[in-house]
Amino acid sequence: MDLTNNILSMLIWLPIVGGLAVLAVGDGGDADSPRAHGMRMLSLVVSLLTALLGGFLYANFDNSTAGMQFVERASWIETFNVEYYLGVDGISAPLILLTAFITPLVIVAGWDSIRQRPAQYFSAFLILEGVMIGVFCALDAVLYYVFWEAMLVPMFLIIGIWGGARRIYATIKFFLYTFLGSVLMLVAFIYLYTKTGDFSFYSFNDVPLTLFEQQLIFIAFLLAFAVKVPMWPVHTWLPDAHVEAPTGGSVILAAIMLKMGGYGFVRLSLPMLPDGSAYFAGLMIALSLIAVVYIGMVALMQKDMKKLIAYSSIAHMGFVTLGFFIVYGVGEGTGAGLGVTGGMVQMVSHGLISGALFLCVGVLYDRVHSRQIADYGGVANTMPVFAAFFVLFAMANSGLPGTSGFVGEFMVIIASFKANFWYAFLAATTLILGAAYTLWMIKRVVYGGVANEKVEALTDLNRREFVVLGVLALAVLIVGLWPAPLVDMMTVTVDRLVERLGQPKLAAL
Amino acid sequence: MLSTIGLPHYLTISAILFTLSVAGIFINRRNLILLLMCIELMLLAVNFNFVAFSRYLGDETGQVFVFFILTVAAAEAAIGLAILVVLFRNRRSINVAELDSMKG
Amino acid sequence: MQSIHLTIVLAPLAAAIVAGLFGKKIGRAGAHWVTILAVGLSFLLSLVVLKHLYWDGGTTQNYSVYTWAVSDGLRMEIGFLIDRLSALMMVVVTFVSLMVHVYTIGYMHDDPGYQRFFSYISLFTFAMLMLVMSNNFLQLFFGWEAVGLVSYLLIGFWYTRETAIFANLKAFLVNRVGDFGFILGIAGVVYFADSLDYAEVFAQADNIAAQTIRVAGFDPWNAMTLICILLFIGAMGKSAQAPLHVWLPDSMEGPTPISALIHAATMVTAGIFMVARMSPLFELSETALAVVLVIGALTAFFMGLLGIVQNDIKRVVAYSTLSQLGYMTVALGVSAYGAAIFHLMTHAFFKALLFLAAGSVIIAMHHEQDIRKMGGLKKYMPITYWTALIGSLALIGFPGSSGFFSKDALIEAVKYSHWQGQGAVYWIAYLSVLLGVFVTALYSFRMFFLVFHGKGRMDEKTRSHLHETPAVVTVPLILLAIPSATIGWLTIGPVLFGGFFAESLYVSEAHDVLARLGETFHGSAGFILHAAQGPAIWLAAAGVLVAWFLYLKRPDIPEALAAKLKPLYTLLDRKYYFDDLWIDGFAAGGRRAGSFLWQKGDQFLIDGLMVNGTAHSVGRLAGVLRHLQTGYLYHYAFAMIIALTLFLGWLLWL
Repeated sequence: MDLTNNILSMLIWLPIVGGLAVLAVGDGGDADSPRAHGMRMLSLVVSLLTALLGGFLYANFDNSTAGMQFVERASWIETFNVEYYLGVDGISAPLILLTAFITPLVIVAGWDSIRQRPAQYFSAFLILEGVMIGVFCALDAVLYYVFWEAMLVPMFLIIGIWGGARRIYATIKFFLYTFLGSVLMLVAFIYLYTKTGDFSFYSFNDVPLTLFEQQLIFIAFLLAFAVKVPMWPVHTWLPDAHVEAPTGGSVILAAIMLKMGGYGFVRLSLPMLPDGSAYFAGLMIALSLIAVVYIGMVALMQKDMKKLIAYSSIAHMGFVTLGFFIVYGVGEGTGAGLGVTGGMVQMVSHGLISGALFLCVGVLYDRVHSRQIADYGGVANTMPVFAAFFVLFAMANSGLPGTSGFVGEFMVIIASFKANFWYAFLAATTLILGAAYTLWMIKRVVYGGVANEKVEALTDLNRREFVVLGVLALAVLIVGLWPAPLVDMMTVTVDRLVERLGQPKLAAL
Repeated sequence: MLSTIGLPHYLTISAILFTLSVAGIFINRRNLILLLMCIELMLLAVNFNFVAFSRYLGDETGQVFVFFILTVAAAEAAIGLAILVVLFRNRRSINVAELDSMKG
Repeated sequence: MQSIHLTIVLAPLAAAIVAGLFGKKIGRAGAHWVTILAVGLSFLLSLVVLKHLYWDGGTTQNYSVYTWAVSDGLRMEIGFLIDRLSALMMVVVTFVSLMVHVYTIGYMHDDPGYQRFFSYISLFTFAMLMLVMSNNFLQLFFGWEAVGLVSYLLIGFWYTRETAIFANLKAFLVNRVGDFGFILGIAGVVYFADSLDYAEVFAQADNIAAQTIRVAGFDPWNAMTLICILLFIGAMGKSAQAPLHVWLPDSMEGPTPISALIHAATMVTAGIFMVARMSPLFELSETALAVVLVIGALTAFFMGLLGIVQNDIKRVVAYSTLSQLGYMTVALGVSAYGAAIFHLMTHAFFKALLFLAAGSVIIAMHHEQDIRKMGGLKKYMPITYWTALIGSLALIGFPGSSGFFSKDALIEAVKYSHWQGQGAVYWIAYLSVLLGVFVTALYSFRMFFLVFHGKGRMDEKTRSHLHETPAVVTVPLILLAIPSATIGWLTIGPVLFGGFFAESLYVSEAHDVLARLGETFHGSAGFILHAAQGPAIWLAAAGVLVAWFLYLKRPDIPEALAAKLKPLYTLLDRKYYFDDLWIDGFAAGGRRAGSFLWQKGDQFLIDGLMVNGTAHSVGRLAGVLRHLQTGYLYHYAFAMIIALTLFLGWLLWL
């Protein structure tokens, strides 16, 4: 069997089928039973196999073409020309790799800290993984929409069942927010379908649209994607969801689900609505910069570690949208592609860093059962290895060169200088704000004398936690020191995208 | 001026029956059994229409429908009475004015 | 040659990784051996590189090691530019680092974080080498931030001390304020030159200077002025120029070897090095140079004044570092880049020496740092005493010492720099550096006399334990004392006037004060004679004399003076209120703004009014509508009939 023909389907369905299998067998209600343990092993094996498939995808990925690769196409609902249409390019492939990379880590991280219904927990993550990969692969709008909404279900359950005290409030807020955003996207898809007669993204890309149509569709897309990113001012679900979600849920939410919004912008909004995007670029840039500055300041004052990291995520995702829409501020010459590439790299890097930070908080939470900064202090005394990791990821979060956090920020700042000095000025405040909120947290949590007997009783990382954080640390450093492999994956696709943006769709009318 | 009894007469009777039953539903506030009977009466009014039109149009389909409706109405009455019995057992009342647990 | 360069950089990195990750396995001795050997190797190879470039007539090497990323035509690479400037910096960095490594064995002898410490300082050496050897802005920024990171880790090395972790956060954040300007400067360079590579950017310098950019107001700025000022803001952070100097005195919370290596000799001079490296850019903007000059001059004089009222031995030296960095900045401002680098080099030696001597005193005093509790240490610690004397003399510019040559050349350069055509700027700079000499002598010898002379003010227990520190401490002192005393005499001729930096530093014809100085330069001895006619030497002598009089002869006078000039003393004691400005002004303001945005913006406006507000109004509406639902069967039936009638009517009549 030649794997390259249906690698994408394998990537999607292997974890889903595996997850269903785990769900079907179950754990018999006992987290320590051999059956539960077997399901853990099975989940890990499935996620590792998926990661292996991801590696295979990377190995066979062709950097030199902007077209879709590993395309799979079959008819699905013939009446409406809906197809099962999959493919990846330089924009989606890195995100698929990120998903396949993070999920095994999440499973290992939840290994024995999940005491309640472990089999269901792991199966939820596996199904979620497959569905998320589906979103990144889908080239048919209906397929895309199905995966997009299906994603909500496992996450809804993960937060709602394994979450903290206010989990019901958080899940409903999360669900309504994201669902409300995305229904209008479906309307936009149907409208585009009436114009083209099928749901393929390629047809959507090529159909000529008036400026007014583009504006309306842009707004419809914007609601869906802005909530996911999330952009200011539709961001308030994120801190609540993160705070209540279990560690693994937070990791997946921050590392991958937020990327759906950014991915949507580059996959749908920009190429399908070049003129609409140009029209709203100023607004998008303004919202992104507000996210960087305003949210940065809000993050400073958080008392809950997870909330702080959640807010920092919003600020960092502000860089992503800034990078994407700065294209329109930059005239001819270099800068446009730099911004989009920077935004893409920032997405991958944020996936690694925020995931790692949430895992770090999870490590502390497992031991002390508190996320409040005030409950800690002097953790470095009792958990030196953990402290080293935490400081490393904190530094990455504040964009230290040599870590992945720097790469995207650097590119976006350079690109925005080309658009306007003040854009760059505001964007660069993240250097100060990012360091301030992250390191202030580090100061209060990690450094100092032992604050209380709970900190006194802490034990350092066990081998499982060490492996998870170690793998992430390596990834953060590798991307930081040598981003070329990652950037090269995107270059051609991004160049093509930027080229498209230069050709208004109105002309075709 | 006695003319033959035609379609309008049947329809008028049917309409009167129907209106009676509707009025019964509104005005009656005490007894659930009365309500059920009104519903049956409503069905009968409809049946009357069916038969009359069937004769007028010379199409038997209408009469076939009547059989169906009668059957269903019988089943319905049985179920309705059964529910009524259960209701009475639970609430010790079949007073319509007291049955407001669906109140918002 | 290229493998040598790579070895120079990677050896300390490898050692840092080994000592950091496997510290427990290799033990304390293992940690110091592996790092010392690595840094020693780097030092020897750096010497080879310098020899190759200077004596063997080797040429400048500029090459890329690997491509970091390419995006949109912008090549981001990691590469080395090895010319005499970087070679000199490499030698200085690795030499001081080596000395500090050895010294650390003694200083940190009983510390539980021994391996971690060695790992950090090796990592620092790596980062600093990356910075000075870089051939592009990206790597420069990498090194720039990486040294900042290590500085952060080392200031907070004793992380259980509240003051230390306050100081390291402050240091990092203030540096980040500088880096904020720096990265904007780099973005500006890319904007105008479309490249990150030094050589390519410098080649386009004239082109950049011809462009303008609209920043604020109606007048467009000259692109070069904007870029240079932004880059200089970075230098102000790293090299602690006012008003971004506030972190450096606090950084003394770190262990003393670090103060010597990072906060005196090497990292803080990165800003000076950077501006010198960017000389082809700065030369094209006299506005930027004037800014550099004024900031440097103010720092040189006013920070020196603060040194007089400090009582912590390390803080005195720290303020002296600030002041000396100001001197270097002044030299940059008058386009005497060579003099700045020359002073950087001599300063690295004598200031590291002074810090290590201070550390030696601190060891002997059992970690007591208050100079008011010292005194008369001369007879207990002869080696420390004599080396500290050499360091202090070099600092004040005693004729013949290394500091004398560099500082005097610098002052002369300022004196000759009439090209500015800006009277006020010139006089501010010239008077600051001249009066600064007096102040330097005053605070240096105040400290020296209070520590080593007079009668001992320590308690009996400490006095009974006083003795000279072990060889691992004193040997580095001696090794640093040698260049502190002699390096100026030996190298001023070739370095400043012999065209040593010809290829590395660019000075436009009109600005070239060093060339004008060079016309009157006839050997080191002649330089001393020439200087004797200038005011600087006499001001220094006066400073020493006053210090002697005030602190040894009549120790009652300073207190009386302080009482008499209370407002002035308070101003100095509060460090011109800069700390208050940053901490109570910006930091507290930022927190207040954050609180406000969070509670009023996020929680009240967005979440309260918009999100939950929507939910609540839907709820309220439903609350009204629910009353339609009476629960009575006949109401529903009636509604059905009404609706049916309406629909029927609608169908029939429409």
